[in-house]
Amino acid sequence: MSTLEIKDLHVSVDTEDGPKEILKGVTLTIKDGETHAIMGPNGSGKSTLAYSVAGHPKYTVTSGSVLLDGEDVLAMSVDERARAGLFLAMQYPVEVPGVSVANFLRTAKTAIDGEAPKLRTWVKDVNAALERVDLDPTFSSRSVNEGFSGGEKKRHEIAQLELLAPKVAILDETDSGLDIDALKVVSEGVNRFTAQGDKGVLLITHYTRILRYIKPDFVHVFVAGRIAEQGGPELADQLEAEGYDKYTKAAV
Amino acid sequence: MTVTDPALDSVASALEMDKVESHLHPEGSFDLADHPVPTGREEIWRFTPLKRLRGLHQDAPLGPTGLEVQVDAAAGVQVEQVPADSPVRGSSGLVPTDRVSARAWHAAGQATVVRVPAEAVVPGATVVTHRGQGVDGATAGHAVIVAEKFSKSTVVLRFEGSAVLADNVEIVVEDGAELTVVSLQDWADDAVHHSTQHARVGRDASLKHVSVSFGGDVVRHDATAEYAGPGGSVEMLGLYFADAGQHIEHRLFVDHTAPHTRSNVVYKGALQGEGAHAVWIGNVLIRKVAEGIETYEENRNLVLTDGCQADSVPNLEIETGEIEGAGHASAIGRFDDNQLFYLRSRGVEEDEARRLVVHGFFHELIRKIDVPEIEAKLTETVEAELEKNVLKAF
Repeated sequence: MSTLEIKDLHVSVDTEDGPKEILKGVTLTIKDGETHAIMGPNGSGKSTLAYSVAGHPKYTVTSGSVLLDGEDVLAMSVDERARAGLFLAMQYPVEVPGVSVANFLRTAKTAIDGEAPKLRTWVKDVNAALERVDLDPTFSSRSVNEGFSGGEKKRHEIAQLELLAPKVAILDETDSGLDIDALKVVSEGVNRFTAQGDKGVLLITHYTRILRYIKPDFVHVFVAGRIAEQGGPELADQLEAEGYDKYTKAAV
Repeated sequence: MTVTDPALDSVASALEMDKVESHLHPEGSFDLADHPVPTGREEIWRFTPLKRLRGLHQDAPLGPTGLEVQVDAAAGVQVEQVPADSPVRGSSGLVPTDRVSARAWHAAGQATVVRVPAEAVVPGATVVTHRGQGVDGATAGHAVIVAEKFSKSTVVLRFEGSAVLADNVEIVVEDGAELTVVSLQDWADDAVHHSTQHARVGRDASLKHVSVSFGGDVVRHDATAEYAGPGGSVEMLGLYFADAGQHIEHRLFVDHTAPHTRSNVVYKGALQGEGAHAVWIGNVLIRKVAEGIETYEENRNLVLTDGCQADSVPNLEIETGEIEGAGHASAIGRFDDNQLFYLRSRGVEEDEARRLVVHGFFHELIRKIDVPEIEAKLTETVEAELEKNVLKAF
């Protein structure tokens, strides 16, 4: 079972002029095996939603709740959220100099599972996961994200998704900056994840392009910190044709 | 500097080889009278807590016996004690540029000479361990490391225990030789150590100079390098961990005195605890004669707790534009919140995430140092230092 319930979530960030509200009441439930796409123009608060669910200290939740299988996610620390089964694939994965991908993956897997993975199968698993996203096994010995191209960083995020096997994955603009080949590799990775059946996916994207490869069950249009409209996959086609104009104008 | 080649001699004056109007190039002198007692306002002393130097910069008597020396020589390497008047002293071109160095020069009764014979390729490191016996008296020391032509070797100078020590270390890397020198300061908390280390790097020779400082109350190291011919290469690596109340200072000077020479300086340190102070001054002078050289220097400080101070000053003086490259970087920073967030978002607990980031910070440097004899010790000590604060303070 994996259900992520976001209820009336309000989030603000500190600015020079005091706190500024970015999310103005977001309600969204991702049930077992569902893929939800969140689409919206720049600055609509899509990434804020991703980061506040993951617990980034920059964002303050002022009201609302987030529950994962009934557990209060907002009461958990960042790492507790991950261990509870949340995964955030970041738009800009962070470089950690001097820490090898192998060390990083093993440390993360050990933390998530509560015990070290079995060495023999683990190395095989890592190499297979890297290979599936077209990353050379030598990536294991490189520093985390350091000197990776944009596409390599995103593919590395998807390899982590496969290895860490969360319940719910939030993908924050994983498709941005990818060429078509990398987009396919990343999409296949996400599809392998959802094919397991009981996984939830929140796919945040600016473009409809990725939705040709990942079929969402629901599409939400995000404008000015709120969900402006929701529907099925056909909503994505409509956005492709018409853009966000009618929503952004309505929000003003 | 001494120019022996007559052809070079004739151009030396045109190229202003001997005198450069530069604050990076202080006039040295063996005459103590040229080095008055510093007040702390001098450029070279402005960061050093003179009051804690236990009189090294004034007139505290310097004896020869405050340290027990143990030599573990690698095969083929000769280690001997020579009297103070041995001509090997000064063979690196060392001329004291401050009072402590000048006092140590005169007070040292003898010198330890480590000699790597020509063309010897020596596996394993020669380790000279200095064990301080206490801080009651101050000691003067002198060591000369000579890597003869085309030799290849590693020499580790280790300092442990308690001592008040002023020393001069000379490093002579003859033509075509490859030498690694590690100065490992693993002092007890009350030690005071002022060290002047000067290297002369021969034609096509290469020196890797490594300074590692963990312990001590005040540790100040001045490391300088000059080139005796073209094609020489110097790599200076430093790793330090300044704890509460500790002052660790490095002053580096690479004097590009010959064309087509290279230098690469990387110093990384972490600071933790009230009053921890790290100072790094990285000076590079590219003389007119030094065409086609390449230099880069870098200092990074990771501030782990409140109450620490890091000063980092790179200086680059360029007298010719005909070079391959010159650059420097300096940074003082706290933990990167984004790095911690990234690691924690993968389930890694905060303590473990901090440990990973600090290990990562030092890891590449330790790999570059690449001296198996001390690698385990370095990793262990970094871990022990982390236990003190990083893993409990948050």
